[in-house]
Amino acid sequence: MTVYYTKEHEWLRVEGDVAVVGITAHAAEELGELVFVEAKDEGTEVAQGDSAAVVESVKAASDIYAPVSGTVVGFNAALSDDPSLVNRDPEAEGWILKLRIADAGQLAGLLDADAYAALIA
Amino acid sequence: MSDSLQRTPLYDLHLSLGGRMVPFAGYEMPVQYRAGVMAEHQHTRTAAGLFDVSHMGQAHLHARSGRVEDAALALERLVPADILSLKTGRQRYTQLTDGNGGILDDLMVSRLGDTLVLVVNAACKEADLAHIAAALHDECIVEALPDRALIAIQGPQAGAVMARLAPASADMRFMDVAEFAVAGVPCLASRSGYTGEDGFELGMAADGAVRVAEALLAEPEVAPAGLGARDSLRLEAGLCLYGSDIDRGTTPVEGALEWSIQKSRRTGGARAGGFPGADIILGQIEGGVSRRRVGIAVEGRAPVRGGARLFADEAGTQPVGHVTSGAFGPTFGAPVGMGYVETAFAATGTPLFAELRGRYLPAAVAALPFVAPGFKR
Repeated sequence: MTVYYTKEHEWLRVEGDVAVVGITAHAAEELGELVFVEAKDEGTEVAQGDSAAVVESVKAASDIYAPVSGTVVGFNAALSDDPSLVNRDPEAEGWILKLRIADAGQLAGLLDADAYAALIA
Repeated sequence: MSDSLQRTPLYDLHLSLGGRMVPFAGYEMPVQYRAGVMAEHQHTRTAAGLFDVSHMGQAHLHARSGRVEDAALALERLVPADILSLKTGRQRYTQLTDGNGGILDDLMVSRLGDTLVLVVNAACKEADLAHIAAALHDECIVEALPDRALIAIQGPQAGAVMARLAPASADMRFMDVAEFAVAGVPCLASRSGYTGEDGFELGMAADGAVRVAEALLAEPEVAPAGLGARDSLRLEAGLCLYGSDIDRGTTPVEGALEWSIQKSRRTGGARAGGFPGADIILGQIEGGVSRRRVGIAVEGRAPVRGGARLFADEAGTQPVGHVTSGAFGPTFGAPVGMGYVETAFAATGTPLFAELRGRYLPAAVAALPFVAPGFKR
């Protein structure tokens, strides 16, 4: 089970041909408590870098960009009632969406944990 | 660019409290502290929040004659409120208007002895004071007070905190002003604010600001709150943010602020009109307006932000207005907003649809405020 990171402060966990996507603890801390999270409808195809979800803090809305190209195949329904789950457990229970990966080759261009840690250091 | 930003006397205190500093109206201001916007908002609604509002403009207006009535009459040439009847020790909300009835800024005016004390918005302060000085030069002297700080303490426990530190504050009611010392620092206090809660704004010399802030923060009920909480608090309270909800393109009547225009300044009043744009503004009080500022409640949890368009129909074919401010309301527990709609759609409960990311969310005109005020009347 490999976890990748992006410069936009998302993480991506590969489970077979599906990527589980969320925001990093650093991003959750920076955004502050979330009040709303939504992802593109299931079945939506997104290209790498496209907006795949939106998270809203009290102050502002922020896009979550698709770390790799793919098709939206799931949304964390727990976030509909409890968006602050992202703040409490950003890199596990607070996952946001699932993407069926279109091009696994794009994974190689993402950051590993050490590279991400260096980015935010 | 950041080195052109100014700092308030509480800058170092903000840093020591974990304040996240952002540029705002030319100042480096704390948008939040360690607790976060949501917690700071809730703390202010349930206990007491301390806000640094030293970036706002403070000024004294003196009449050259020395008579405060002359200063009041002069200021009435620029604002639609009745300033002459303002008693000493009282404060009033009003607007500086332009010849088209638009709003140059909104401000608080207090009368204290032979002086009128003005508090204006940070982003407008130079322009406001220049405007007032130019218009009233023959009768008045405008004295800007750049070396004064301003600290707000807001919330249901603000009264108890202040009564402990300054017993004289206990006698004050909403919109009273008085002078007394806090932690040994002479302050000019008003029992007012920008949150919808009971509370005070304390003006003092810059070199005393840290002492006052630390004395307040030492009280168990008080926690610091940043600009983020200030915005969600004022939005729930239905209070306008100048530059978003009102500006030169909106009149006080379109902005639903005619409550701040007393009878004496309206048609048929003792000193009717006489301020910039009076014909338009008084005409609108008599004859109505084509659009009004209203509260906007949106179904679901997605906040609709300023700029979002409002429609009469779910398909988004009949535009009727737009949102000017919107956020999630932590106390209201749902998104809150305000905006302008055509008058035919301004009645409370009127169904609307708000455009959000290409969809049209069910919404409705909501009564303001969203959260009941806690003022000490």
